[in-house]
Amino acid sequence: MPELRVEALTHTYSAGTPFEKTAVENITLSIPAGQMLALLGHTGSGKSTFIQHLNALLQPTSGKVYYDGKDVNADKYARRDVKGKVGLVFQYPEYQLFEETVFKDIAFGPKNQGLSEREIDERVREAARFVGVEEELFERSPLELSGGQKRRVAIAGVIAMRPGVLILDEPTAGLDPAGCRQILDNIRAYREETGSTVILVSHNMDDAARMADRLIVFDHGRLAMDGTPEEVFARPEELIAIGLNVPQAAALAMALRERGVALEGSIFTHEQLRAAVLRAKEAGAC
Amino acid sequence: MTVIEFKQVHFTYPGEGKESLCGIDLAIEAGSFVAVLGHNGSGKSTLAKHMNAILTPTEGRVLVEGIDTAEEARLLDVRRRVGMVFQNPDNQIVANVVEDDVAFAPENLGVPPEEIRARVDAALKQVGMYELRQHAPHLLSGGQKQRVAIAGVLAMQPDIIVLDEPTAMLDPQGREEVIRTITRLCRENGMTVVLITHHMDECVGADRLVVMSEGRIVADGSPAAVFSQVELMEREGLSVPETTRLLYDLRADGLSLPLDALDTAACADAVAACLSRHSERSEES
Amino acid sequence: MLKDITLGQYFPGDTPVHRLDPRTKIVLLIVFIVALFSAVGWWSYGLVLAVTIAVMILGHITPKNIFKGLKPMLFIIVLTALLNIFYTSGTPVVEGWIITWEGIGRSVQMILRIVLLIACTFLLTYTTSPIALTDGLEKLMNPLKKIRVPVHEMTLMMSMALRFIPTLIEETDKIMSAQKARGADFETGSLVRRAKALLPILVPLFVSSFRRADELAVAMESRCYHGGEGRTRMKQMKLSRADVVAFILGALFLAAVFVLRHFGL
Repeated sequence: MPELRVEALTHTYSAGTPFEKTAVENITLSIPAGQMLALLGHTGSGKSTFIQHLNALLQPTSGKVYYDGKDVNADKYARRDVKGKVGLVFQYPEYQLFEETVFKDIAFGPKNQGLSEREIDERVREAARFVGVEEELFERSPLELSGGQKRRVAIAGVIAMRPGVLILDEPTAGLDPAGCRQILDNIRAYREETGSTVILVSHNMDDAARMADRLIVFDHGRLAMDGTPEEVFARPEELIAIGLNVPQAAALAMALRERGVALEGSIFTHEQLRAAVLRAKEAGAC
Repeated sequence: MTVIEFKQVHFTYPGEGKESLCGIDLAIEAGSFVAVLGHNGSGKSTLAKHMNAILTPTEGRVLVEGIDTAEEARLLDVRRRVGMVFQNPDNQIVANVVEDDVAFAPENLGVPPEEIRARVDAALKQVGMYELRQHAPHLLSGGQKQRVAIAGVLAMQPDIIVLDEPTAMLDPQGREEVIRTITRLCRENGMTVVLITHHMDECVGADRLVVMSEGRIVADGSPAAVFSQVELMEREGLSVPETTRLLYDLRADGLSLPLDALDTAACADAVAACLSRHSERSEES
Repeated sequence: MLKDITLGQYFPGDTPVHRLDPRTKIVLLIVFIVALFSAVGWWSYGLVLAVTIAVMILGHITPKNIFKGLKPMLFIIVLTALLNIFYTSGTPVVEGWIITWEGIGRSVQMILRIVLLIACTFLLTYTTSPIALTDGLEKLMNPLKKIRVPVHEMTLMMSMALRFIPTLIEETDKIMSAQKARGADFETGSLVRRAKALLPILVPLFVSSFRRADELAVAMESRCYHGGEGRTRMKQMKLSRADVVAFILGALFLAAVFVLRHFGL
């Protein structure tokens, strides 16, 4: 199965000018196939620069990116091919919609991959199903849709390329709670069904805690933390020092422990907290 | 004292069949911090746009400090009293320099130059952007841009400031900057603040929380009282803070807990107290 | 990257040239252009060149800055020079050659004229912020309001365009990246293909610009904008003694060029 591997990646903007800025510095990590990874860090931590290297939109100043063992920047064909294999959904992707119909817009990626009409058709339908866009909408103009629908059409446009890795930059930004939940459910279902790797870039610790099986934290262009949610959220002080929040449930668990309530295990979701409090109650009762 | 009053307000967007506001009655008290929560399409933005006469009711009346917003001759009087901050910080900054942008409203009002200068400086200091007054807006962070937009409104010296989802496009840091700024404006300067949002955690510090759905007000009260109606909030597609959520679920598990401990400390206190009561009782038996 | 393009080309600074009132600078630019086109002989060209260099030194603008700005014009400059060299009759440099001494002289003068024309415009934009420029223009064109020219609206449009250029460039960049991530190709193929490839950028850009314009209009109205009538300005433009001195120097310069012209120098 294809693996995404990053070796000693550094990216410096405007090198050699007074505006020189190293956005990403010496990042090495490997992302096995099928992983659900959350990339955390505040604005300017280098997250966006980093993800644009994974599909060769940006070329590293030094270091390498390999997908399926091949250097994604080997030549211009490699750079082009990787775009279909590592799908990148930007922030506010609804602003990229341009075709007259929803169908054509979702088909833009597969068309660029040079697929046949029949294959394109199949992929558009499949992608639309993953994000919950009904086929009745196919002939509508994307501009007539609601904000949440537009976003889902845009995500479908990337999924339709059948990438092995799907990267989403803040997919829930600006949506209301119901819209957020729906998109996250779609992403979860997509990953379960296709087994693809998903990288979720987020500010939202609660989403990350709920969704990911691995968390990566960026700070000032460097890899600050890397581990399972249990491992990362067990070090809340470090997260707070970087300027990030901890999930609400983790914060509440911290406050309870400060008050002498003995809660067991690593707690970062609502369900864990509820169960831990109940266990503490039973323990007290014995 | 009531500063904004909605009296049986109905509103339908031209060319649409469905009413966006269906009979709103709402009175906002001077100096209070009111949060309006609702999912997309609940009518909360439409409500906000009625507060400074960007929209006027198709039926009913909106009064701003006693002035009917439908009275065209008094349009500027209404807008001067109610400052409005919008969602996208980029689309409300008109000038190339921070201080010039803040000066825009008083310039429109024909305020004398020396006084504009004083107002601009004061407004920029209030939002903590005075040091960056000579900067180009496009080089600022989202939170900073939004604070410039707030300063631009403060320079009109309004009594009320209405913010229509001001944090929807910001990162957590920017959101915090904006919420801190408006909370201070309300608490320290006595400004009336109306915050439209779909982030429930931003409503926790408000005096009053109004929940909208399908063009109607479905809940209205203190944040603690409103959030304790967990079923209602979920039905409306809104979430409740983790604190309320935990208390609610633990009650379902048979623990006797209050529902209105909103902030983390209060909630932790309540749960800790409940658990220690419980262990004492089991020791006795 | 698109972001790297500098627009407006203003170099902030605090020199006597920077401090002059924008109106003074605009008027002096016109004076300079008149002088430049009145120059006939080497003496007058020399004087115009000397004045340009003096202003450059005063305003801390290096020749490098000017040459950088000249680069896109290089083709036109070379073409003009060549045409003048080959199509001016007179004494040949070498017997039988088409190139004449007069031709060389003419082409040097033509190069000087174009270079100085561009240089003086740059001197204005390098030392005056775009917003000061539009303000200056508005004030200068104020009398035109009497004949119903919408001066306020025009200059407001100009300054807002300047305000939104960086925003739109950033947005173009984002949309381009997003479409590239979907496999769009902007670099290869025939001209027609490449023009077609721009559609995925232009459509979203237009859509978002209209949305921006709409939101901006509402935001401006909310801040009591109701046209130019009754509007005041925070920053008042005042002519200082330096401006008066600059005007006098400008007048002397123009007079000197006319005198030289009179004597055919």
